[in-house]
Order: sequence, then structure tokens, then C-alpha cells
Amino acid sequence: MSHHIVHVKNLHHTYPDETVALRDVSFLIQHGESVGIIGANGAGKSTLLLHLNGYLSATSGEIIIGDDQLSKATLPEIRRTVGMVFQDPEDQLFMPTVYDDVAFGPLNLGLSPDEIEIRVMQALERVGAVELRDKPPYHLSGGEKKRVAIATVLSMLPEILVLDEPTSGLDPHARRQLIALLQAFHHTRIVTSHDLDMVLELCERTIVLHDGKIMADGSTLEIFNDNELLKICRLEKPFAMQGCPICSPDRKPLPTLPPLVPPHSNKPHDHDH
Amino acid sequence: MLAIDGSFLDFKQLDLLALRQTPVHHLDPRAKVLTTFCFIVCVVSFDRYQISAMLPFLIYPAALMAVGDLPFGYILRKIIIVIPFALLVGLFNPIFDRQVLMQIGSLDIWGGWISCISILIRAILTASSAIILVAITGFPAIIEALEKLKMPKTFAIQLLFLYRYIFVLTDEGVRTARARQLRTFGNRGLGIRHFGSLVGHLLLRTWERAERIHMAMLARGFAGEVHSTRRQSHFGRAERLFMGGWITLFILLRLYNVPQLLGGLFTGTMP
Repeated sequence: MSHHIVHVKNLHHTYPDETVALRDVSFLIQHGESVGIIGANGAGKSTLLLHLNGYLSATSGEIIIGDDQLSKATLPEIRRTVGMVFQDPEDQLFMPTVYDDVAFGPLNLGLSPDEIEIRVMQALERVGAVELRDKPPYHLSGGEKKRVAIATVLSMLPEILVLDEPTSGLDPHARRQLIALLQAFHHTRIVTSHDLDMVLELCERTIVLHDGKIMADGSTLEIFNDNELLKICRLEKPFAMQGCPICSPDRKPLPTLPPLVPPHSNKPHDHDH
Repeated sequence: MLAIDGSFLDFKQLDLLALRQTPVHHLDPRAKVLTTFCFIVCVVSFDRYQISAMLPFLIYPAALMAVGDLPFGYILRKIIIVIPFALLVGLFNPIFDRQVLMQIGSLDIWGGWISCISILIRAILTASSAIILVAITGFPAIIEALEKLKMPKTFAIQLLFLYRYIFVLTDEGVRTARARQLRTFGNRGLGIRHFGSLVGHLLLRTWERAERIHMAMLARGFAGEVHSTRRQSHFGRAERLFMGGWITLFILLRLYNVPQLLGGLFTGTMP
């Protein structure tokens, strides 16, 4: 496992109800890269993430993590290598206390009690949550939950971190803290988000998904400057790149969308209630 | 709805009480679980017309509350929640059981009344001991103790998950109910039909959540067994003393009706 690469080749996925979620997705992520995966709702981001640690299996195509191709035999090792942080920390923190939760992964790896203690404390230190160790998860704030959820994965010493919507539901301060925390990591990072400003700060490379296909894969800055692409993919420029509407009078406003319901449409059902 | 919100916040407080540092909090959970179990067995095994002999048992919850530094008012409020259920059980006793057991002046006291009061006292004693057990031990520690006492592991995991997610689920339920309430304007909405779909949605969401939790567990190497970090708990002298002392007392109080003996001592008539 010297090169912690993520190599996805011609990945297709069709759900049992015949919804095609991924069409011919291929990319190669090198060791230490930080990659954002963006796209509209339903573009296939979550489906893609769930393939990376083998929760979903590909309809066709293959996934190589490090030197191992994803298969039943390599699954345990791949799940340790790819640390997956889910969107809702409530789903990730299922043990009675923070300590138990962070120890869950290492315990499943069959480590000795001393080693577990060290791993747990290191992971908690890393996310600044040592003082929370004996608390039950429902006594934590949103930001604390998120950080502890990351610690539960760090304790397995993963080489690749996969984060689904890490900043969702956080207040601005907690979001800042989280971004700073993620910036300090040296892991290979794969982040999906609608928080494009965070993607801009955190990821030098971005993959744009649209209708299960890769529409673009390249430098984050270039992608966010491609207005045409963003429009097609139901995205828009991060706020940080839009200029201030008050300070810069020459800023071009983003095109406003036509209203979903035309005004003055006096359809009878509007007055039913 | 506010009432439900409030009572669940209270539930979290019960959990916080378990973090206090007092001599009874430090005891091995097994000792407390077993002692409380003996207490409950002794109390419920009394004859159905018994009242006086049960009263001395109050000393156990009272002593634990004092040593455990528990807020009396809070525990009392929790016990009051249980009382209506006990009353329901004993409600019909005075109607069906009209055998006269006692006479105060010209007032006949029926057996039904006595057994109803007896049920009430039992309820208060058992509920208070159980609530206090949680407040001085903490739910997860109780489960761990039961596991060490050979309860099947599957049950233990089920109970732990139940306890972990009861807060999340009630939260979801409360939010759904609030959303419904805000759009029914004090009416009953669509009544029972509406309620059915509401509960159905809650079930589906629970199902989805279970799936996500399972995903999160698999992602961290779950292979069918939850290992726990064994807390350093040691069944030592303090535990033996605690269990031995209380259980001896319970057995004595169960065998001898102390209030009656004391009464007899003063009036000079032995039963």
C-alpha cells in the first residue's frame, strides 16, 4: 500500500428499480490529493461514494484502492484504508459514549487495549475533542458531533478520507473550524458538497457529475470559471468568486431564474385553500 | 406537544445524573443491579393485602438518593408518571373485592381498598428503585453489567441501540407532530387516517436510518459483533458489603413485619 491511489475505471451503476445512477465514470486520484466531487441533487455523488468502500457494488467497471482491486476478499482492508464520514453524524455515532464510538473501529481491527487507548486519544486530540470522551453523543453540539464523527474514522488510521457533505448543518464558526481541520490533514481527501466555497478552499481538483456522467475533471478554479459548464450542471460560482454586490458596482449579477409558477396565473386550484 | 418535549429533556437529565461522583456511583454496576433486583423481588412477593410490612423498604431508595446526591423533586416527578398506570391496575379492586378486613369506627374497610393501596405502594417502591438505579449507574453501564451476568449479547446490543436512538427517534416524532399541528389549526386534522400515514413515514425514516447506521458500522469494520471497551470495574469489598448488607436487610424485612413488631413492643401485645 505504498501509493494510496483511488482508481475508478468505467464504473456503471444501475439501481434495482432500473434508475441509472452512474454512467461510465472513470478517474484516478493520486496520493495526497484533495478532490471535490460536485453536482446537482441526484447527480450520483452519494452513489459514487458508496462504491468507494464497497457498500454498493458496481454493475460494471472496477475500483482499485491502493494496490487492491475492490472485491469481497479485499473488502476489510479497503474499509480500513478508506475512512468514510457520513453526512449525518447522528448515523455515525451509535455507541453510548464518544470514547466507545472512536474505539469501535480499532476494536473491530482486533487491536490490544493499550493500542486502542492510544489510537482513540490521538484521534480525539487531532479533532480537538479530548474533553468530550465520556459524553454520550446526544449531549454534543452539531460541530462537536461532526468532529467526533471524523475522529471515529481517524482512529483506524485510514490513508484516504471520504467525506459526504462535511459542512452541512454547521454554523459559520463550526464550518470554519472544520475546514481548517480538513486542510491540516495529509490524507488523500475526497469531498462531496454543495458548499462550493468550501470546495474552492479545500480542493485543488474538482470532478463535476451530471446525470451520472463526469462532465468535467480538472482544476477547481478553472471549473468554477466555466460559467457555461456550471449552468448546465445546475451549479453556480462560489460566493467567494462572485464579488461583493455592495462594494463592486461593475459586478455582473447572476442571471435570475424565471419563476417556477408564472405570476398572475389564476388557476382555480390556487384559491381552493 | 410541549409536554413531550419537556419530558424527554428530563430523560437526558437522568443520564447526566449518572455522571456524578459519589460512593454509590463508584460501585460496580453488577452489585447495584443485583441488589435492586432482590429489592424488587422482595417487594412484589408480599401478600396482596400487605401494607405495613412494605413501608420499611422505603429506606433503600431513600438511602441511595441521599448518598447518591440525587434531586428528590426530580425523582419524585418521574415516579408520579408511573402512578396512574398502577392506579389503573388497582382501580377495580375496591369494586370487586368487598370483603371487610378492618373497621375504623363504623367505617368498613374493604379488602379491595387495601389491595389497591398495596399495589400503589409496590409501584412507588419498584419504580423509584429502578429510576434511582439508572440515575446512579447510567443505562449503558447497566447493560454492560447484565451482559457480564450472562445476558445474551444480542439483547445487550438491541438495548444499547434502543437507548441511543430513542432520543433521535423521539426528536423526529416530535418534529413531525409539530409540523402537523402547525397546519391543523387546532382541529384534528384528517383524524386517524392522517395519523396512519404520519406513523408510516416515521417507520420508513427509521428504516432508512437503520440502513445508514449499518453502513456506518460496516465502514468501520463491523463483522457481526460489537466489542465494548471494558471499563475498569472491580467487584471488591465495597460491592460485597453493599450487596450483602442490603440483601440481608431485605430478607429480614420480608420475613418480619417490623412496624408490627415495633407496635407490639410498645403496646405489649405480640402478634
